Amino acid sequence: MTLQTVVQVIASGLLMGLIYGLIAVGLSLIFGLMDVVNFAHGEMLMLAMYASFGLVLVSGIDPILLAPLMVAALFAVGALAYLGIVRFAMRARANLGMVQIFATFGLAVGIRGMAQLLFTPDYRSVPNVWLGGRTVSLAGIYLPVPQLAGAAVSILAFGALWLLITRTDLGKALEATREDAGAVALVGIDKNRVFTIGWGLGAGLVGLAGAILSIFYYIHPDVGASFALVAYVTVALGGFGSVFGALAAGIGVGLVEAATTLILPPSLKSIGIYGLYLLVVLVRPRGLFGHL
Amino acid sequence: MLLEAPPLLEVRDLTTAYQGLVAISGISLDVAEGEIVAVAGANGAGKSTLLKTIAGSERPRSGTVKLDGRNIGGTAGHLITAAGIAYVPENRRLFPRLSVADNLRLGSYLFRGKPDREEPLERVFRLFPRLNERLSQRAETLSGGEQQMLAISRALMTRPRLLMLDEPSQGIAPKLVDEIFDAVIAIRAAGTTVLIVEQRLSEVLAIADRGYVLQTGRVVIQGSAKDILDHTDVRKAYLGV
Repeated sequence: MTLQTVVQVIASGLLMGLIYGLIAVGLSLIFGLMDVVNFAHGEMLMLAMYASFGLVLVSGIDPILLAPLMVAALFAVGALAYLGIVRFAMRARANLGMVQIFATFGLAVGIRGMAQLLFTPDYRSVPNVWLGGRTVSLAGIYLPVPQLAGAAVSILAFGALWLLITRTDLGKALEATREDAGAVALVGIDKNRVFTIGWGLGAGLVGLAGAILSIFYYIHPDVGASFALVAYVTVALGGFGSVFGALAAGIGVGLVEAATTLILPPSLKSIGIYGLYLLVVLVRPRGLFGHL
Repeated sequence: MLLEAPPLLEVRDLTTAYQGLVAISGISLDVAEGEIVAVAGANGAGKSTLLKTIAGSERPRSGTVKLDGRNIGGTAGHLITAAGIAYVPENRRLFPRLSVADNLRLGSYLFRGKPDREEPLERVFRLFPRLNERLSQRAETLSGGEQQMLAISRALMTRPRLLMLDEPSQGIAPKLVDEIFDAVIAIRAAGTTVLIVEQRLSEVLAIADRGYVLQTGRVVIQGSAKDILDHTDVRKAYLGV
């Protein structure tokens, strides 16, 4: 194993890890806000990928330029999921946890079923993408341009999220609701409004990830499931509810995955990630940055 | 003929039940602008439920709550805060992992974007100078007394017309209790009306204008602070004389 191979693995892992962080952050944000796991997170990613694919076909505009539109569209999907389903699930008088799980799980099954019905299970890919298939090479290290762009978008998105949380009143309202949703009414904040925006943001972020993935990944109705699984590992590793833990953990997951492919055949590339997950659960169940 | 202005807060026949169990029953109470009104009573008498119902965190089964003649009974809590009633619950409900500064800033959330947003801050720091020294500390690292000061301050940042305090002396070092009661006097002097629930009857009646004594969810005694202190039943039940 040469130094060059090691650097290559680190670079590839880092790029994919930043994208994993972006995929996972919305899940963590929503969980932190209201202790609800959005089991339809992967399906929201899938929706964004199809929407990106469809819009590219119709408009001919490059998917990277359509990304802001995907954020807005998925924001609406997330807000509607809260207002139309989750809000009612949270009023359950018994077995609240179960009701919430089945509400979002049911939403996932519904979205996936609709996708199979409307889009068929065929694999699709966005045609004629500017960034598609290109690579740049730096001192013998090859970096695929789509992943490079995705990593850059992820960094920008986390930067924007950091500004939102630390510098704005909405960010403080999100943090306060996360601390004690029952207490925000004391300062005149409507927690339902914050929850709606939280779901919108969580889904909007995964919408951004979907726009990026549509550049270099096959699109099919089950595509969300595989990424969602990685997202759950990422959130568990970063600490449930920790927004920036998701970033750090995403990078960790990307690096471990890349390192695994170096040692094991590609069909076993997920072993490293799930091994890492088991290790976290055993050694530090609250994750890197989570609190219990 | 002079029309008498309605009281700032007018509660009529208020009844609240938890899962079928009546916690307060047919309570009527007035708070006039500029008053300090105390509500006393043993544990479980319904004092906290009364404040929770007025603040909108519990829904009344029946009865009305009027602020300035406008019915606000059954309205959501955040709208009641916006209408001018600030509520400091028994367990304070600060945002524990946020800084003192952030807790105060959230108090003025309703005034975000307005140039005079932080105006009440000066008053708050005059009231509790030690908060000014702890701005960057997390709320959870404050002592019990300081947390109570922060909770009252956060409530004042909403610029309330009526401040409701639930057992502000609970879990606080005796020295700080006096400081809190002094602050209540200062808050009223600055123009904010106060409705205060307390177990420490003689201390709260020393600063209140009027009071109500609750027993098993009903008002059993009401009157001026002095009348209540002189009341035989009160002396027997609460003061042990």
